[in-house]
Amino acid sequence: MVPFAGWEMPVQYPQGILAEARAVRSKSGIFDVSHMGRIFVEGADAQALLDWVNTGDIGPEMPLSRARYGLLCNEDGGIIDDCIIYRLSEQRYLLVANASNTPEVLTWVTRWRDERFPNVTLDDATNRIAMIALQGPEATALMATLSDFDPAATRHFRIVEATIQGKQALVGRTGYTGEDGVEIMPASADAAWLWGLLMEHGAMPAGLGARDVLRLEAALPLHGNDISPKTNPLEAGLERFIALDKGDFCGGVALRAIQASGPARQLVGFQTIEKGALPRAHSGIVVDGQRVGEVSSGGYSPTLDRNIGLGYVPAQSVSPGSRIQVDVRGNLIDAEVVRTPFYSRPR
Amino acid sequence: MPNPADRKYSKEHEWVLMESDGSARIGITDFAQTELGDVVYVQLPKVGDSVTQFSQIGEVESVKAVSELFCPIGGEVTEVNDAVVKKPELVNTEPYAEGWLIKVKVSNASELDTLLDAEAYGKLTGEG
Repeated sequence: MVPFAGWEMPVQYPQGILAEARAVRSKSGIFDVSHMGRIFVEGADAQALLDWVNTGDIGPEMPLSRARYGLLCNEDGGIIDDCIIYRLSEQRYLLVANASNTPEVLTWVTRWRDERFPNVTLDDATNRIAMIALQGPEATALMATLSDFDPAATRHFRIVEATIQGKQALVGRTGYTGEDGVEIMPASADAAWLWGLLMEHGAMPAGLGARDVLRLEAALPLHGNDISPKTNPLEAGLERFIALDKGDFCGGVALRAIQASGPARQLVGFQTIEKGALPRAHSGIVVDGQRVGEVSSGGYSPTLDRNIGLGYVPAQSVSPGSRIQVDVRGNLIDAEVVRTPFYSRPR
Repeated sequence: MPNPADRKYSKEHEWVLMESDGSARIGITDFAQTELGDVVYVQLPKVGDSVTQFSQIGEVESVKAVSELFCPIGGEVTEVNDAVVKKPELVNTEPYAEGWLIKVKVSNASELDTLLDAEAYGKLTGEG
């Protein structure tokens, strides 16, 4: 167990990171992600508040039970956090934030509520409600056998209230692994029972290590590594999650200006030509002998059996197929810029 | 996995097994591989390199961490385990057998006396 944002978290279970990652790609795995922040946002101004603080388009038209990925940006366009917003009912939403950012997100959203959108209650349910991610090609079928969850009715990026052997939980068809799956939010008191039930039915417990391997293969950004208040969504390649054409939103002025001039940097994916020492966060990226940037996330991909990474380089300096080098503890390792994601699940 | 009694151990979690021809076979312990987790890369010295006791001679890297490899005994490298270079997971599955790393022609056998036996190493790593 390791301390992680104030939570005791397992990096791996006895099977080990690679076995856990393979189980999620081939069958199913479960992650205790209760450390992530769960904030209910409710009231007449809830939609307007969420549209102000997040880059995605919530709007009055976002259908009930839909989920949207978005960024919370500061006035400069820097990324305070990334989040998923679920619409639970007419005026009630659930915002799921990263563990280490939850206090700051709460402070940030509360500030705008107080300044501009008073008719909203913010309810931090992080300790009251647990969160278990069940992920993998067999995940939704397993969920359907254990509950009244219907994968045909609750498609990707939807949320539903489900009953699991008499116990209630919110079930979002979302995740952070690049696989199909669900994120189950039962009362905290039911979390250990649910974990045991899922294990009994063959889901392999998986820790933070496997979660990081899987999200990197799917090129899903990790806040604190690939995105941060010092990066903006345009250079991070997250433009499709910014509704630049919606009304004013926090960071919108800055992001429109960055879009007009073009971002100075770009986040690119690469894989090394040969296996060897692993590129990791802060390894230098070298082009034509010059250090031009830095790896933001890197490691071994068991699915590809290659070493992969993400990193920032000057905009338009490379494109897929370009050769780069990664400086791993003084050794220059040859790599090739590739399109991301590194892995897409078969559909 | 028990630490075999036929060899000596360093505090940095390497083992040394003396062979009949006077060379020493070197690897990392079960404790070390468990702590590291899935090993995906080993960087080893080359045949002919001379190595001194307790100097850094390479790296063992897992999915989650990289660990320096120290030489538990000095001498000249006579063999490198190519199997483990190609299949680093042997360090996890067979740390005391097929997962060995290098062989060294020992220059000073008295260096062995500075190492731990299996029982002392077991105590160091919190067993028994």
